[in-house]
Amino acid sequence: MDASVRGCLAIPARGRMMAALLEVSRLQAGYGAFSVLHGISFAVQDGGITALLGANGAGKTTTLRAVCGMVKAAGSVVLAGAQIAGRSTEDIVRRGVAHVPDGRGTFLHLTTEENLRLGAYTRRDRADVAGDLERCYTYFPRLEERRAQQAGTLSGGEQQMLAIARALMLRPRLLLLDEPSFGLAPLVVQEIFRIMQRIRQEQQVGILLVEQNASLALEVADHAYLLETGRVVLGGRADEVGRNEAVRKSYLGY
Amino acid sequence: MEAFLHQVLSGLATGGIYASLALALVMIYQSTHFINFAQGEMAMFSTYLAWTMINAGMSWWLAFVLTILLSFVIGMLIERILIRPVEQAPVLTVIIVFIGLLVILNSVAGWIYTYTIKSFPSPFPAEPVFGGLMSAHELGAIGVTLVVLILLYVFFQFTPLGLAMRAVAQNPVSSRLVGIRVGWMLALGWGLAAAIGAVAGMMIAPIVYLDPTMMSGVLLYAFAAALLGGIDSPGGAVVGGFLVGVLENVMGAFVIGTELKLTVALIVIIAVLLVRPSGLFGRVIVSRV
Repeated sequence: MDASVRGCLAIPARGRMMAALLEVSRLQAGYGAFSVLHGISFAVQDGGITALLGANGAGKTTTLRAVCGMVKAAGSVVLAGAQIAGRSTEDIVRRGVAHVPDGRGTFLHLTTEENLRLGAYTRRDRADVAGDLERCYTYFPRLEERRAQQAGTLSGGEQQMLAIARALMLRPRLLLLDEPSFGLAPLVVQEIFRIMQRIRQEQQVGILLVEQNASLALEVADHAYLLETGRVVLGGRADEVGRNEAVRKSYLGY
Repeated sequence: MEAFLHQVLSGLATGGIYASLALALVMIYQSTHFINFAQGEMAMFSTYLAWTMINAGMSWWLAFVLTILLSFVIGMLIERILIRPVEQAPVLTVIIVFIGLLVILNSVAGWIYTYTIKSFPSPFPAEPVFGGLMSAHELGAIGVTLVVLILLYVFFQFTPLGLAMRAVAQNPVSSRLVGIRVGWMLALGWGLAAAIGAVAGMMIAPIVYLDPTMMSGVLLYAFAAALLGGIDSPGGAVVGGFLVGVLENVMGAFVIGTELKLTVALIVIIAVLLVRPSGLFGRVIVSRV
């Protein structure tokens, strides 16, 4: 990485950034012998939105998978002060990390409501779960109309809403969102991003957002990192990243 | 007419047993995508355990309950110890493990209990019911089967654990992402399948008698039932079980004779695979290319 880029890197300095909900440092990950991430570092603030930008194959999805233990990873992943690197996905989820995966991960043959109930599977406060179900329906009224319908019959946008709502049912501290805009009509994308901001305001949840649509991501995020072939080449406050010449040319198109 | 009705009713009784065993096959198929060839031998072994307890002076129903619990534990252990290591292995490896399990259980049962045929008591009275149309045991077996099926339906449809097991069967990756311990759900599936098999074994043993090969025919009917209903459909397996039971009895009594009864199962299997591979209620998987 060259010196001009280094200037606005926001790798958290020790002792100063106590508010970081998620601190990732020197994270390496890959598939079998094929290495994808070469030691990346970034942070998500409590109640903040951090965006990971980058082209296809940069390692954005792999980063999310590494954070929640779906791929073998080396390095440090600290969630609210606790080291979670190397733990199983089930354990990480139980610590409050909800992942809306690439491809949405819908349980196609279960009903919408069963999908949502599964999101709260690890919770023991059954009474509150019922309340959260209703709240998810206020975020996404379309899901309430389809509550008894098989999830596989939902449209792409509805399934994306379902995936986000399912993740919220965990009452997560950290929400990992993988390309929520993928394959959706612009109006649906707007709706999903509007709800995402509402969720951030109403619930104290940190969001790590992977998005190919850089302008959209920079609009909602407070921090952003640019990945290129498994390395962070630029990082910092979202407005600063958005003003960077290289980002504007390559990812924002002006 | 009365003879026909008699055959139908007694077909329903054995059909219920095929249905239970078919259901056990479907449960393991859903999580592993393999047919458990050892399902019948597992049930046979459970029945021997019950026989041991009853012979030791235990009451029938206490032995029944203990056998179910014990079989549940053994089923989970089999998954943990034998199946877990070959989870990612090629198809043939898994099938060899299933066949190995079949042979081992069969030999161990023969070694402990010898291959001599033993009688297995029925908990129901000996007198026939409905004016001789069916035996009390047949009626009782239908009742027990229905109770098992209803309990399973309630478990899978209305409990969080049942929902989690259904989730794991169709999407293990997403199941992990909502915090379900997938490995334990698979073990639980094996435990349940073994327990259901134990019930089937204890219900069929008073009819076919107890010996280490008692379940081979029954398992074949259960295969036919599961395929007829659709190998991925629990409801289908149950309907298939009752259909095969009735078909077998009626064909055996009036059309082909008892000697060729088992052929009915084979014909059903071949016919289903040729005409409608996904079964009556199975999911037809269409893939876009």
